[in-house]
Amino acid sequence: MEEEESLRVVRCGGSELNFRRAVFSADSKYIFCVSGDFVKVYSTATEECVHILHGHSKLVTGVQPNPNNHLQLYSCSLDGTIKLWDYLDGILIKTFVVGHKLHALFTVAHAEDSVFVTINKEKPDVFQLVSVKLPKSSSQEIEAKEVSFVLDYINQSPKCIAFGNEGEYVAAARDFYLSVYFFKKKTTSRFTLSSSKNKKHAKNDFTCVACHPKEDCIASGHRDGKIRLWRNFDDDKKYTYTCLHWHHDMVMDLAFSVTGTSLLSGGRESVLVEWRDATEKNKEFLPRLGATIEHISVSPAGDLFCTSHSDNKIIVIHRNLEASAIIQGLVKDRNIFTGLLIDPRTSALVLNGKPGHLQFYSLQSDKQLYNLDIIQQEYINDSDLIQIELTKAAFDCQGNWLATVEQRQEKETELELQMKLWAYNKKTQGFVLNTRVGMPHEDHITALCFCKAEKSENPTLVTASKDGHFKVWILTDDSDIYRKAFGWTCDFVGSYHKYQATNCCFSEDGSLLAVSFEEIVTIWDSETWELKCTFCQRAGKIRHLCFGRLTCSKYLLGATENDFLCCWNLLSCELEWSTKLNVKVMETDPNSENIAAIAQSSVGSDLFVFKPSEPRPLYIQKTISREEVHWGVFVPRDVPESFTSEAYQWLNRSQFYFLTKSQSLLTFSAKSPEEKLTPTSKQLLAEESLPTTPFYFILGKHRQQQDETLNDSSGNELVQLPLTENIPAISELLHTPAHVLPSASFLCSMFINSLLLSKETKSAEEIPDDVDMEEERKSDDSDEENDFTEKIQDTDTIDLGEDILHQLSKSEEKELRKLRKVDYSWIAAL
Amino acid sequence: MAGYKPVAIQTYPILGEKITQDTLYWNNYKTPVQIKEFGAVSKVDFSPQPPYNYAVTASSRIHIYGRYSQEPIKTFSRFKDTAYCATFRQDGKLLVAGSEDGGVQLFDISGRAPLRQFEGHTKAVHTVDFTADKYHVVSGADDYTVKLWDIPNSKAILTFKEHSDYVRCGCASKLNPDLFVTGSYDHTVKMFDTRTNESVISVEHGQPVESVLLFPSGGLLVSAGGRYVKVWDMLKGGQLLVSLKNHHKTVTCLYLSSSGQRLLSGSLDRKVKIYSTASYKVVHSFDYAASILSLALAHEDETIVVGMTNGILSVKHRKSEAKKDASSRKRRPAYRTFIKGKNYTKQRDDISITRPSKKHLELYDRDLKNFRISKALDRVLEPEITIKTPEITVSIIKELNRRGVLANALAGRDEKELSRILNFLIRNLSQPRFAPVLINVAEIIIDIYLPVIGQSPVVDKKFLLLQGLVEKEIDYQRELLETLGMMEMLFATTTTKESTFLLEHKSDGLLGKKIES
Repeated sequence: MEEEESLRVVRCGGSELNFRRAVFSADSKYIFCVSGDFVKVYSTATEECVHILHGHSKLVTGVQPNPNNHLQLYSCSLDGTIKLWDYLDGILIKTFVVGHKLHALFTVAHAEDSVFVTINKEKPDVFQLVSVKLPKSSSQEIEAKEVSFVLDYINQSPKCIAFGNEGEYVAAARDFYLSVYFFKKKTTSRFTLSSSKNKKHAKNDFTCVACHPKEDCIASGHRDGKIRLWRNFDDDKKYTYTCLHWHHDMVMDLAFSVTGTSLLSGGRESVLVEWRDATEKNKEFLPRLGATIEHISVSPAGDLFCTSHSDNKIIVIHRNLEASAIIQGLVKDRNIFTGLLIDPRTSALVLNGKPGHLQFYSLQSDKQLYNLDIIQQEYINDSDLIQIELTKAAFDCQGNWLATVEQRQEKETELELQMKLWAYNKKTQGFVLNTRVGMPHEDHITALCFCKAEKSENPTLVTASKDGHFKVWILTDDSDIYRKAFGWTCDFVGSYHKYQATNCCFSEDGSLLAVSFEEIVTIWDSETWELKCTFCQRAGKIRHLCFGRLTCSKYLLGATENDFLCCWNLLSCELEWSTKLNVKVMETDPNSENIAAIAQSSVGSDLFVFKPSEPRPLYIQKTISREEVHWGVFVPRDVPESFTSEAYQWLNRSQFYFLTKSQSLLTFSAKSPEEKLTPTSKQLLAEESLPTTPFYFILGKHRQQQDETLNDSSGNELVQLPLTENIPAISELLHTPAHVLPSASFLCSMFINSLLLSKETKSAEEIPDDVDMEEERKSDDSDEENDFTEKIQDTDTIDLGEDILHQLSKSEEKELRKLRKVDYSWIAAL
Repeated sequence: MAGYKPVAIQTYPILGEKITQDTLYWNNYKTPVQIKEFGAVSKVDFSPQPPYNYAVTASSRIHIYGRYSQEPIKTFSRFKDTAYCATFRQDGKLLVAGSEDGGVQLFDISGRAPLRQFEGHTKAVHTVDFTADKYHVVSGADDYTVKLWDIPNSKAILTFKEHSDYVRCGCASKLNPDLFVTGSYDHTVKMFDTRTNESVISVEHGQPVESVLLFPSGGLLVSAGGRYVKVWDMLKGGQLLVSLKNHHKTVTCLYLSSSGQRLLSGSLDRKVKIYSTASYKVVHSFDYAASILSLALAHEDETIVVGMTNGILSVKHRKSEAKKDASSRKRRPAYRTFIKGKNYTKQRDDISITRPSKKHLELYDRDLKNFRISKALDRVLEPEITIKTPEITVSIIKELNRRGVLANALAGRDEKELSRILNFLIRNLSQPRFAPVLINVAEIIIDIYLPVIGQSPVVDKKFLLLQGLVEKEIDYQRELLETLGMMEMLFATTTTKESTFLLEHKSDGLLGKKIES
């Protein structure tokens, strides 16, 4: 096992899908979007990821279809290369090495062998639009150094550059300027918004630009929510513009429809606006898309639009403004308050998702399973508003209960708190709100934990709060003769000298509860809620607290703010050991005694895996990430791995995931990168799951009818040859390549034998029976068409083997007998 | 992608007694009518036939009352001593009663003098009843005997001497003319069959039996004695089904509601408890002024009559149900509109199109959906919402605050609208569950309307009222805090006492040890 030698930190959980505009294929069947170092190909009908094109070594910044071959795709990346792909097979065709960091890619239909890219030279904030000639060559990797300069001082974002009227001109916007470069005249016109000159804090700077596909018209979006339509811009003096205003916040993206009759715009309101005929009156809306619209794109065929949203989602929208598909990645829009949780039922990762929602994300299939609406209130998309935040969540050990805490604090004294308890409903396979507790505590809730003991008959929840109390909540039966009702009620309130309760944690068997009050750890008996003992190390407030598991269940671990990690022995009530370590994350493995601690150092974050009973850590990895690690979690593996080396044994039964400050989800992998890649065999599946089109209905029905008539006629003939497809020998013969087959003379007898009727003549009887079944079903369906069904019934009687014998003439009977005799002799001879 | 989410209206638990179907049903009676009798009311019995008169046995008289009359419509007073257990026959024409001197008398309702007199008991007869065939009377007496009388020739047919103490209660089966049960102070309840000359089943209640009751089907027997009500399954040969102990004094009477779903028991502890006969849980209870001796329900539970030891008869009539106007109801679409196409089965080539169901939104939600904030606030400030469901108003105000538009919605109002908001504040500001939201509203209003203060005497008055309210509330809070402080001090002293006591105890132990050593 060579690859075991190094344990690598790998990114998982998908990257942003909304980094750049998604691009449709020519037939609108597929949609391409950049995602980290990859280009992902999704089916627009099934939302399935068909291919992941990997080859770039750095962030992919642009993707465009090849205008000369609509089965090919260009992509550019920060690694300085442009790659040409065949997206149907997922094959890299060519690589063009440009050399500079490429920030955006544009293709124009008439410029056959060149593409346009955005590069930055020297200064970090100065970008140039250049055209790159792609040399024709048969080799895989080609140097493309022939770069010609087009426009200088442009915006980095590709949204601010648009090619108009089949590539006659290019419009680029930056700050308060709109520059238009005409390729034929080779001149640049520059327009400035009049109001921006005198006002210092004018909000009407450009955010995006789009060009009309047929006419000389440029649409520009502005930060104040206005859309300007520029005309006659080939003349510096006579240019005009008209204003469209609906958005109250920044216009994030604009797109013209293929024919140019309508303009689409979107922004923070998360409403897609369609402006018909470029007039203010004719507007259509598609509201409540969930999050800020970042990009809008239009399919070349004109039947679909798609919007990319800030919550890592792509919505495919039909021409009549109906959403038809949603491609959802891991939502990383906002702060993660809940930490990483594991749903015990689906073993999905659970964390904050859309505003007010919990997202359930399957790590195995890298796909969002569903969103659970916790707050259940209309989300108002406004940057100034203080929203209700979902701050805490916890599952019980079987996944039957979910507890969530939400809060909203407008002023120091006005805190709105709500705790909700959700029961898992087996029928609907989802969580249903059971109990809502308004203001469970008087101050912020700092910790929330369920008693995880398997045997406990009554679920118990503990909340710790800054108001100095911890509360124990139990499920109580409130049912009477009228209805069945279960609800959660407060069972016990504990405090310790008015200190703030900061953490709470149950022991593995549920017999002890540890609650930390600032610097002091208190141990409570969970039967009687008596204070058993206290530990105090005077080493700062307790940041993390956890019990050891399995053989180490007599230890309690606490990490403090003054960089101490302490381990107490619960039997002797003494400090077992302590060490100086700035622990940011401490997680216990549910399947073993191991505890993972991530410590913050000046360089980055370090991982320590240890058993509480042993003085030496099992595994240390320095600088797993340069950033601060905020959360971590052990995910039990479905199939245990078998790492033999001592250092990796802690990964055998569980996998460790962690989330950094910039919200990238990382994990450890011992496999080489090639092995980790998913095979592209999914493609076939996706093709099959494509929806049935009207053509399928017509052709498919026709084919079925043909089959039926065929069966009918064969039924009339009575002696039916077995269908050749059903015999394995024949199919094997037909599907084996000719050069590996034995000689034809050898195969002949075998082949003939396989065509003969078997002894029981089973197939001959069974097949007509099946037909009968179908016919009967059909006759049930069509009661009105009486004459038709009668006809079918006629054929029914003919089909039945036994009945026929009575109806057959004697001569035919004789023939039949003869035939049977012949059959038997054949079989006997064999 | 989901549709508009309506505003979550904060609901608050209703404190006090839980409202259930039973509480609604049993509270739906008018205030009781009190009738004073001459002595303790030992028995109340309703005539099974309309007009459902009832016979009240108290002291040496039997009064017959009409359903709604407060004066007796008839009186039987030919008793030398106390009368007991006046009971109607099934047809409501005859009445039988026992008496202290051991006689049993049979009366015609229309007559005055007794039709028959059954002589034979030597001591007081406390229980009498008609058998199901209407021609016999069963009586139990303090001479420990139970007798079966023939009405036509007024002779005792059978005498059972199985009880070993007073026989104080009995009940004949409504289905079988040969079966009846009696309960006695010898703690037993016995079921007799007139065909066998002896008891067929005997159950041990454990306390002197005060009342027995047979279910209409005859399968279940209920006995009351001591503090217990016990239910026996007669079909299983007298097996105890359930034992109920919900009273804290002797249970004196039992009755079954007309539906047979509820069992009522009255007790000397002045309570009537109502049990569900499915689960035998108490679903409701009534309180009375004195110890209860007898209890009866009229046909269809229309009237509850309770007789008490102080001679008061309490009569409660059911409230007549308000008839709903048929005319005021909206005309609905015809029935065939609903059944149209209901049994249409999908054909093969059909493409079914489902129309998305339209979600019903409240008017204020519709306004909020369209960002008409002032209008939404106006709607929830309508008097019918502010008075009946202030939590809706508060929830909408909270939602407006969450959207950051509360000041906009409150601004620009005239005298009338402003006084409406101030009225709402005055009414609800001091309620702790609304206070955090409404204090914020009050602050915003003061900020907005401070420049125009003094222009309207109506609004100024309201402001002053509000100010007074806030001052009163502050005073009240201060008082509460003071009380809390006092209580804390008291608690502190008690705990220190305990600890000092502990210390003393310890020192004692130490001393003891020292002495030992």
